[in-house]
Amino acid sequence: MAQVTFRIFRFDPEKDKESRYQDYELELEPGITLLNSLNRIKSEQDSSLTYRMSCGSAICGSCAMRVNGHALLACKTQASGLVKDGVIQVDPLGNMEVLKDLVVDLEPFWKSLKQVDPWLQPDVSDNPENERLQTPEQFQRIDDATTCILCGACYSDCNVLGVDQEFLGPASLAKANRFIFDSRDAKTRDRIEFISEMNGVWDCTHCGECSTRCPTEAKPLARIMEVREAAMQAGVHNNNGARHALGFRETVGRSGRLNENYLPPRSVGFLNIPALIGLAPVGLRMFMRGKNPPIIHHSIDKADEVRKIFSKFEDYRHHPTRSSRPDDGASD
Amino acid sequence: MSLKYALFTGCVAKGAGRELMTATELVCRKLGIELVEMTDAACCGAGVISEDNEMVADIINARTFALAEERGLDIMNICITCQGVHRKCQVKLSSNPDYMSRVNAALKEQTGREYKGTVKIRHFGKILLEDYGLDKLRQAVTKPLSNINAGAFYGCYALRPHEYSDLENPDDPDEMERIIEALGAKPVKYPERLKCCGFPILMMNKRNSMALSGNAIKSAKDAGSDCVITQCPLCHLNMDAYQPEIDPDLNMPIVHIQQLIGLALGMSHDDLKMNTHIVRPTGAVASI
Ligand code: SF4
Ligand code: SF4
Ligand code: FES
Repeated sequence: MAQVTFRIFRFDPEKDKESRYQDYELELEPGITLLNSLNRIKSEQDSSLTYRMSCGSAICGSCAMRVNGHALLACKTQASGLVKDGVIQVDPLGNMEVLKDLVVDLEPFWKSLKQVDPWLQPDVSDNPENERLQTPEQFQRIDDATTCILCGACYSDCNVLGVDQEFLGPASLAKANRFIFDSRDAKTRDRIEFISEMNGVWDCTHCGECSTRCPTEAKPLARIMEVREAAMQAGVHNNNGARHALGFRETVGRSGRLNENYLPPRSVGFLNIPALIGLAPVGLRMFMRGKNPPIIHHSIDKADEVRKIFSKFEDYRHHPTRSSRPDDGASD
Repeated sequence: MSLKYALFTGCVAKGAGRELMTATELVCRKLGIELVEMTDAACCGAGVISEDNEMVADIINARTFALAEERGLDIMNICITCQGVHRKCQVKLSSNPDYMSRVNAALKEQTGREYKGTVKIRHFGKILLEDYGLDKLRQAVTKPLSNINAGAFYGCYALRPHEYSDLENPDDPDEMERIIEALGAKPVKYPERLKCCGFPILMMNKRNSMALSGNAIKSAKDAGSDCVITQCPLCHLNMDAYQPEIDPDLNMPIVHIQQLIGLALGMSHDDLKMNTHIVRPTGAVASI
């Protein structure tokens, strides 16, 4: 049995001016989870240590915390794999305020979730007398997204939320996906338009933290990519994100290579004069260093092959469903 | 055994980041690594074409893999975004034979080519570590960078999601630091080294994009780094070309890892086109 130091973030707003770390020594029994290690510390060494927990089975979503800087579920993770140089450092979730020790104020998380109307909004004009049924295939389409246990691990480590709390955030966008692809929901278009606005699905920087930290199959980044594809298909194009994707397709589809001079103005909109002016300084800086992309855009060799693939664009559209998702099991 | 790879340049090394292409070619020539540029390979799609149509992006990349297989060479990427996108596509195809056969059918129909699933796809740095070897690199160094504190910035696509990363421990990697050390420089591990540079949202939310790269640069600076070392030309672009708008006082040179290696191999700033950077080399970096 190995002796391990648990270095735990402590903060009691009634007593402490500043947060601090407190070390606890524990002999790790084989297979013990992080949560049970904390439970032992609390019962055997320091009853003031405060954290959330309930189910102990990765169902309730209460025990998310950060270990060595990354969010995880304490009840789903064995402690032995977390030891680094004899130490396990435990912190509260990020991007939220600490209430006490490992307990954070989840209010911003709930607030962002409410913004996407996380409930089914079917068409009620037919006054159904029975429940609305789904085929297994229809349910499979949303199966992954429904597995979210609202633990907040993704919210904690999201890079964009780290600089902008107005961003809807990974769990809310995954929740929007869950209703956008629900065969019974009638607000699909409204939902797509809402999340296509500022602070929505196009503001995700693709850092991958959410999917990496997510303890279930909800994998928000994969859900975000699906929603972007749905928005493109639905023709909700009046925003920089969609225009950027269209511009990418246009230039690569023609020449096999990205035209870096074309994409920025295409993304902000060719008629958007203030935004075009906003692009000028960096363009000028790069020009002065001879760093601007070549004025004459060259195609790759054999670009006709690429053009042929793109010309069959719609035929090759791949509709991801859980059963046929190419990366089923893997995350985005 | 001589080392020879199919070089996938990506769009940036042919466009706004041509100095990366120059540095890669110079360094590989000096180390005796032979490169065959894939002039017929298309843009990897950078995760953007798949926003519009995932399957088309996968067919385009399967074509690239087939082109390398036809040449009998493994792929060397010099952009971490290309690397991450390629690896993700490859993992998707190999883990789903049904999807792979649909992608191959489309590829064959339009181009007559077929992806067999044999090509190895790695970034320059990984190839250096695995095939060339750090001991040999250490021996090749003629000008140890002993005065340089260098902070590596990995880039998201090198790290996450973990199933597409080829780093040993993507939550706490040291591959770049090992290369930096072999050059005689001192690696600086700073808190933001595994964060996103913000480039993907530059056109959607410039303020957030610049906040992300600004935080990373400041974090490296606070930790005592003389320069930030990148392995993705998009991270480089965001941190270098936008730095004057983020904070003109930062003055932090952003250096492609190939350029840092080139310096240690005795090449000059001019050889490596370091003066095309928006933030000119300053301090310890300028004095090499
Ligand atoms: S991938 Fe997007 S939503 Fe997920 S953590 Fe990163 S920025 Fe946030
Ligand atoms: S998406 Fe995953 S990480 Fe985010 S709250 Fe739901 S279960 Fe937790
Ligand atoms: S205690 Fe319920 S998820 Fe961990």
